[in-house]
Amino acid sequence: MSGHSERTPEPSLVPSAPLLRVIPVGSYAGRARTLVLRSALAYRRAWLAFVSGFFEPVFYLLAMGQGLGSLVGQLPGPDGAPLGYAAFIAPGLLAASAMNGAVFDSTYNVFFKLKYSKLYDAMLATPLGPVDIALGEIGWALLRGGLYSAGFLAVMGAFGLLTSPWAVLALPAALLVALAFGAVGMAATSFMRSWQDFDLIQLAIMPMFLFATTFFPLEVYPRPVQLLVECLPLFHAVELMRGLTTGAVSAGLWAHVAYLVVMAVLGGVVAIRRLGTLLLR
Amino acid sequence: MTGAAMVRATGLTKRFGGLEAVRGIELDVAPGEVFGFLGPNGAGKSSAMRMIACVSPRSSGSLRVLGLDPDVDGPAIRARIGVVPQQDNLDAELSVRQNLEVYGRYFGLSRARVRRRAAELLEFAQLTDRAESPVEQLSGGMKRRLTIARSLVNDPELLLLDEPTTGLDPQARHLLWDRLYRLKQRGVTQLITTHYMDEAEQLCDRLVVMDGGVISAEGSPGELIARYCTREVVELRFAPDASRPGAEAFAGVAERVEELPDRWLLYAADGEAVLGAVHRSGVRPRASLVRRATLEDVFLRLTGRSLAD
Ligand SMILES: Nc1ncnc2c1ncn2[C@@H]1O[C@H](COP(=O)(O)OP(=O)(O)OP(=O)(O)O)[C@@H](O)[C@H]1O
Ligand SMILES: [Mg+2]
Repeated sequence: MSGHSERTPEPSLVPSAPLLRVIPVGSYAGRARTLVLRSALAYRRAWLAFVSGFFEPVFYLLAMGQGLGSLVGQLPGPDGAPLGYAAFIAPGLLAASAMNGAVFDSTYNVFFKLKYSKLYDAMLATPLGPVDIALGEIGWALLRGGLYSAGFLAVMGAFGLLTSPWAVLALPAALLVALAFGAVGMAATSFMRSWQDFDLIQLAIMPMFLFATTFFPLEVYPRPVQLLVECLPLFHAVELMRGLTTGAVSAGLWAHVAYLVVMAVLGGVVAIRRLGTLLLR
Repeated sequence: MTGAAMVRATGLTKRFGGLEAVRGIELDVAPGEVFGFLGPNGAGKSSAMRMIACVSPRSSGSLRVLGLDPDVDGPAIRARIGVVPQQDNLDAELSVRQNLEVYGRYFGLSRARVRRRAAELLEFAQLTDRAESPVEQLSGGMKRRLTIARSLVNDPELLLLDEPTTGLDPQARHLLWDRLYRLKQRGVTQLITTHYMDEAEQLCDRLVVMDGGVISAEGSPGELIARYCTREVVELRFAPDASRPGAEAFAGVAERVEELPDRWLLYAADGEAVLGAVHRSGVRPRASLVRRATLEDVFLRLTGRSLAD
């Protein structure tokens, strides 16, 4: 047959970046985007689930921000300046929804494909490798999370909650948050043996959502609890986002960025290695 | 490529923890050959196939597929082979057509090319009228046909088929045999595992019988029958409840006998003569039959508890 000429040339299969040396040779064919394409096709049939993900944080914002906010009044913002309650929680909700979307995609969905639909086994029979799978799945989660975040930022803008030009960076920040949680979620999923283990994820996500300064500032806690909260990944996501949307930008924000970058890299490396050992038996 | 083996293995071994599924097998598959793996459940056929498909690293031994080492060049090898796994793993979230198109994209084929290829393969699998159905709605046999069609999306040089016809109706099976034969004529090398001896006899130029992770025999179907069997076989069936004669009843009558749950098999060059002798000795089977020996007899001999006398 004549097809061979139309084939895109096989990309170099040996990752050269030092970071990727810890990943086995031949795990990357450079075609992660075909997985994104696949997810887009699959979601064409599940558009309702797709749309509902957008409304969740909007409902929170309406209920808590407008409703509860009328009772709470003003809170001190990141730089101490007073801030309306809705403007205080909106960046928290943005961070939390980026987290939730990424965790859902990278845990439940990945576990199902890994253990039940055998989707990844089918992919590994093609030139695709574990790195393509990890990047493709995380890439899709980012794309989805990016759309949601852009939608939510538009809603924030409409409510007049974006008071600083720094807010344009909230979108890339939301993608970083999704990347970090997606990578760690996928790594955690690779250790799951059954659906029961997912209760552990709920156990980690739920209290983080409630206590990692999403709804009230760190100052309400006694110091020992503050230290604990400061270790939580969502805390860094929320604080980064709040700094950007309120314009309280300082060099300290880089610490949050660094935390999330380290989380993404560690999660990604573990996920890729574990996918390889789980699937290539 | 000519002259070089498509698959060459020496001392190929696969261990799962303490279990040795494949225990040092030797393989040498020439270009254009159709090569069969026979063997009872758990013999290690799928484990061997998965190593050759570069989706399961070998535990020890050496393996070359298309002249390359799967440990180093896995993706490059997988780009040129087609795989039908024992268990269908179609993409349940996509339609029939999308399954073919998206799979082709994994191989780096262009959008236009996968569209064309999908149309051809839908025709091949006789699924054109179901092209837009979700995969979950297909019957088991249709899914199998789609899995087989999918394995051809990249025009593979080497095709690995793990029990391809399990679950297919007779028409679909004959159709597949015909298609595999045409692929063979175009020079596509094929490795096939099957539990259907007629299939192996029809399709395979050469085959191995595996048992307990090792190869117990190798040859063409004709050679194996000649080497391990007599020319003819007498089948004696007995009612399940009736008292059945023991092996001693046939002593000296046949070259070799084999007991199956519902029947005795007596191996001899002249079946009619054996049947006459059995009748004269007073054994009264419910039914009897004289036939030519087949690969199935070889299989039973090599993997069963054959009682030679
Ligand atoms: N992933 C695995 N983990 C552990 N053991 C395995 C795994 N895959 C196969 N085995 C074991 O290896 C042995 C050989 O299995 P294999 O699937 O290769 O047999 P097979 O010849 O294909 O059998 P069948 O005819 O039933 O398909 C079996 O004992 C099986 O339990
Ligand atoms: Mg098998």
